[in-house]
Amino acid sequence: MEVRRPTIEDWDNPGDLVTINIGPSHPAMHGTLRVIAQTDGETIVSAEPEIGYLHRGVEKLGEHLTYHQFIPITDRLNYCSAIANNVSYEMAVEKLMGIKVPEKAQVIRMIMMELARIADHIVCIGILGVDLGAFTPFFYLFIQREEIYEIFEWYNGARLTNTFGRIGGVEADLPEDFEERWRKLLPNLKKAIDETDKLLTHNRIWMDRTIGVTAFSPEDALSWGFTGPCLRACGVKRDLRKDEPYCFYDQVDFEIPVGKHGDVFDRYIVRMIEMEESIKIIDQAIKIYKEFPPDAPLMAKVPKIIKPPVGEVYSAIEAPNGELGFWIKSDGSDKPYRIKIRPPCYMVYQAFPELVQGEMIADLIACLSSLNIIAGELDR
Amino acid sequence: MNWVIAIIKVVFIWTWCLLWATVMTWAERRGSAMIQDRLGPNRAGPFGLFQPIADGIKLFTKEEFRPKTARKILFNLGPILFAIPAFSAYAVIPFGDKIVIGGKEILLQVADVNIGFLYVLAIGALAVYGIVVGGWGSNNKYSILGGLRSTAQLISYEVPWGLALLAAVFVYGTFDLRQIALEQTGTFLGFLPNWGVFKQPLGFLIFTVAAYAEANRVPFDLPEAESEIVAGYHTEYGGMRLGLYLFGEYVNLYTLSALCVTLYFGAWNLPYIDMSKFLGPISYGIASFVVFWLKVMVFLLSFIWVRWTVPRFRYDQVMRLGWKTLIPLALFNLLITALFIQLTV
Amino acid sequence: MGLKEDVQNTLGELALDFLECQGDLSVTVPKDKIVEVLTKLRDNLGFNFLSDVFGVDNSVFYEKLAKAKAKKKKGEEDKEEEPQGPPPPRFEVVYLLLSLETNKRLAVKIQVPEDDLVVDSVTCLWKAADWPERETFDMFGIRFKGHHNLKRLLMWDEFPAHPLRKDYPLEGQGEERILEYND
Repeated sequence: MEVRRPTIEDWDNPGDLVTINIGPSHPAMHGTLRVIAQTDGETIVSAEPEIGYLHRGVEKLGEHLTYHQFIPITDRLNYCSAIANNVSYEMAVEKLMGIKVPEKAQVIRMIMMELARIADHIVCIGILGVDLGAFTPFFYLFIQREEIYEIFEWYNGARLTNTFGRIGGVEADLPEDFEERWRKLLPNLKKAIDETDKLLTHNRIWMDRTIGVTAFSPEDALSWGFTGPCLRACGVKRDLRKDEPYCFYDQVDFEIPVGKHGDVFDRYIVRMIEMEESIKIIDQAIKIYKEFPPDAPLMAKVPKIIKPPVGEVYSAIEAPNGELGFWIKSDGSDKPYRIKIRPPCYMVYQAFPELVQGEMIADLIACLSSLNIIAGELDR
Repeated sequence: MNWVIAIIKVVFIWTWCLLWATVMTWAERRGSAMIQDRLGPNRAGPFGLFQPIADGIKLFTKEEFRPKTARKILFNLGPILFAIPAFSAYAVIPFGDKIVIGGKEILLQVADVNIGFLYVLAIGALAVYGIVVGGWGSNNKYSILGGLRSTAQLISYEVPWGLALLAAVFVYGTFDLRQIALEQTGTFLGFLPNWGVFKQPLGFLIFTVAAYAEANRVPFDLPEAESEIVAGYHTEYGGMRLGLYLFGEYVNLYTLSALCVTLYFGAWNLPYIDMSKFLGPISYGIASFVVFWLKVMVFLLSFIWVRWTVPRFRYDQVMRLGWKTLIPLALFNLLITALFIQLTV
Repeated sequence: MGLKEDVQNTLGELALDFLECQGDLSVTVPKDKIVEVLTKLRDNLGFNFLSDVFGVDNSVFYEKLAKAKAKKKKGEEDKEEEPQGPPPPRFEVVYLLLSLETNKRLAVKIQVPEDDLVVDSVTCLWKAADWPERETFDMFGIRFKGHHNLKRLLMWDEFPAHPLRKDYPLEGQGEERILEYND
C-alpha cells in the first residue's frame, strides 16, 4: 500500500511543527552527526543533516604531505575498516606511477581487506541492533571483531588505524600461524553471525522495525550516487569486486547479495550475507596465498622518494561501505597536487532527508545506523 | 500492639522492596553480562554484590543539577510523584500467608483490604504523573517526547491490563488479594495446581505483556529509548532525582511481579503440597514467605531476560499492539470467562 | 581505445581537449555547456552514474609547469596548450562519470576562470551532485547556478575563506577565533 508522506508544504503554518535537534551529541549520532528534524508529533516532516563536525581537512593535508606520509591519514577516514582505505589509496598511487604490485602482496591485501570488511559490517550490524534496542548481538559480534583486530595487531602492530601496506606492495609477509589463527577464529565468527541471525532476522519486533522502513527505489538510489551495500539492498547488482576486479577478486568464487526494497532490513541482510561471502573469499584467498613460495617478492621496485609523473588518475575499490575512490593529481613533485577522496557514505548520506521523510523518529535512527555513516570518511 | 506490628510490617516490606530493587540493578548488570558473554561489574565485594551500594553512594553525592530553563516545582516534583506510587502500591499485596508468634496471628500483608485490587490499579495509574510532570518540567524536547510517549503507552496498556485483571476477578469472585491467594490451593481439573494461570491462560499473557509496558521495560521502553530520545523523561535528571526514577522502576517491577504471582501463580502455595499441614506455625510463615519471594524472583529474572533479548518497538507499533490486539483479546477473554462462569455456576 | 573516439563523436566540437593518464580518460569541455555535455554523455554513451564532483585549484600547477618548461626547453618554441596571452583559467571542476553497463569511467572537466565563478548545476541530471557541489562551493568558492540549497557544507556558515584554494595556508587563518557564541 502506498502511503503518502507528508511534506513541509502541507502545513500552512510551519510553526506548528516541532524542531528537534538530534546531535551532534546524541547517543545514536555516532559521535559527530547532526540532524535537524521538523516533526509533527513523532512523524518527521523534514530532516536536514548537518555535517562537518569531524572535518579535519584531510584533502588539504594531503597536498602538504608526501605520498607515503598520507597513508596514515587514510586510516582516519573510515576508521572501522582502515585497511580498505589504505589499499584504495595505495592502489591509486600505484596506478598513477604505473607500478605492478607483486601477486603475493595482492593476495595479502585481499585477505586483509576482507577481514576489514567483516569488521566493518560487524560494527554496522551491531550498532544497528543497539539503536533498535537489541543490545546482545552487539556483544556477540564485537567479541569476534576484537579477535579480528588481534589478527591485525599480530600482523602489523596496530588494531584500529592499521597503516597497512606500502606503495608498491605490503610491508611484511603474513605471520606463519596466520592460517591457524584464522581457523581458530572462524568457528566462533560463524557462530556469532549465526546467533545474531537467530536473535534478529526472524524476530517479529525486528522485522516490524526494519521491513519497509525507509525503502528506496533503485532508480533513486542510482541517481543519488549510492554504492555498496546500500545500493545492493535496493536491488542493483553492483560490486566493484566483480565489475572492475582488482587484486584476485576475479579468481575467487563469491556471490553478491542483492536486496529488493532497499529498506533497513535489506541493508541489514545484505551485510549479513556479505560477511559470510567474505569468509568464503578469505578461505579461497588463503589457498591462493599458499601457492606462492615463502620468498616471493612482496614489494615492487619503488623509488625511495615517490615522484609520480604529471597526470591525474582515479582509482576506486569496493570498500565495506561502497565505492571508495581516490582521485590524485600529480604535478611531478613528491607531494600530491590534489587528492580528492570519494567516500561512499558521503553520497548515501545526502539522500537522508528523502529517505526519512514521513517516517518516525525511531525510523530515522534505524535508517542512520543501517546506512553505516562513518563521520571520519563523511567529513574527511 | 497492632500498630507496632503494622509499623514493623511497613518498614519490613519497604526495606525488602528497596533491597530487592537494589539487588535487581546488580542482577540486571550481571545477568545482561552473562547473556552477552561479558563479566559485568565484579570488583565491589563478592561477585560485585556491593556495586549497587557504590552506585547509590554515587547518586546520593552527585550534584543535584537543575537546568536553568526547567520549571523548578515540577522538576522537583516529578521523581517524588513517580516514587510514591511505586512504593505504596505494594501495601495491599501479600508477601506470605501468616505467621503465628506467641499465639498471635500476624498476616504477612501490610493492609488486608477487601478492595486491594482496585487500590493497585488506582495507584499504578498514578505513576504516569511522575513521568509526565518530570518530562514537562524539564523543559526539554526529548523529555516531553518521552513523557508523551509514556502517557500514551501507560494509558493504552492500562485498559487491557485492567480487563485482564477483571477476568481474574470473575474467576475468584473477590477483590481481596489475600482471598485470591487463599483460593489457589488444591488442584484444578484433578491434575493441575489450582493456579490462576491455568484458569486464565490468555489473561495471564495479556497481563504479562501489559505489565512490561506498564513498567517501561524492553520491548516497551520507548519513554526512555536511549538511542532515539536520549533518556526520555529523565534526560535532564541527575543525582538522587534520577536515582528515584530508577529505583521506582525496579520497585514497580517487584510490585508487578508480586501481583502476577498472587493472581496467576498461586501466591505462596506450592503445587500439590500443602505446607501448613506439616510445618509449625512459625516455620510455615517463613516458608510461605520464601516460596512467594522465589516465585517473584523468577518473574524479575524473566524481565531481565526479555530485556536483553528483543529489540524495541516503535511508537505506533506499541499503540497498534495495545489497541488493536490486546484490548480485543482482553475483551474476548472477559467474554469467555463470563460465559464459562455463567454456565458452570 | 574506443572510448575516446566515442566521446569525440558524441560531443563533436564540444570536446576541447583530451587527457589520457594510465588508462584514465578525461575530456575538457566548455564551461557553459556542461549540462548539455553531461546529458549527451548520459543518454548516448550510457554514462549514467555520477561518481563525484569536485574542484581543483590549478594556479600553482600552472606556475610549476611554466617554470619546468622554462627550465627544460629554453631553445624550443612553445607549441603546446599553454597560450601566451590570457592566463589559463584558475579552477577546474571535474565530474567523474561511470557507465554501469560497460564499467567505463570518464572524467569531464570544465575550466572556471577566477573572475567568473559561476557554473551550471547538474543536480537536475543527478541528485548525487547535491552535496559535492555544495562542497566545491565551500572549498573553492565556485557557485553553482540552479542548485537548490547552495550553502557551506563542511565549514560553518560564517567561515570567510575557501580552504582548499592553494593560497589558503595549511594552518588556517585563525577563523575559529572570530567564532561568536550566542548564549
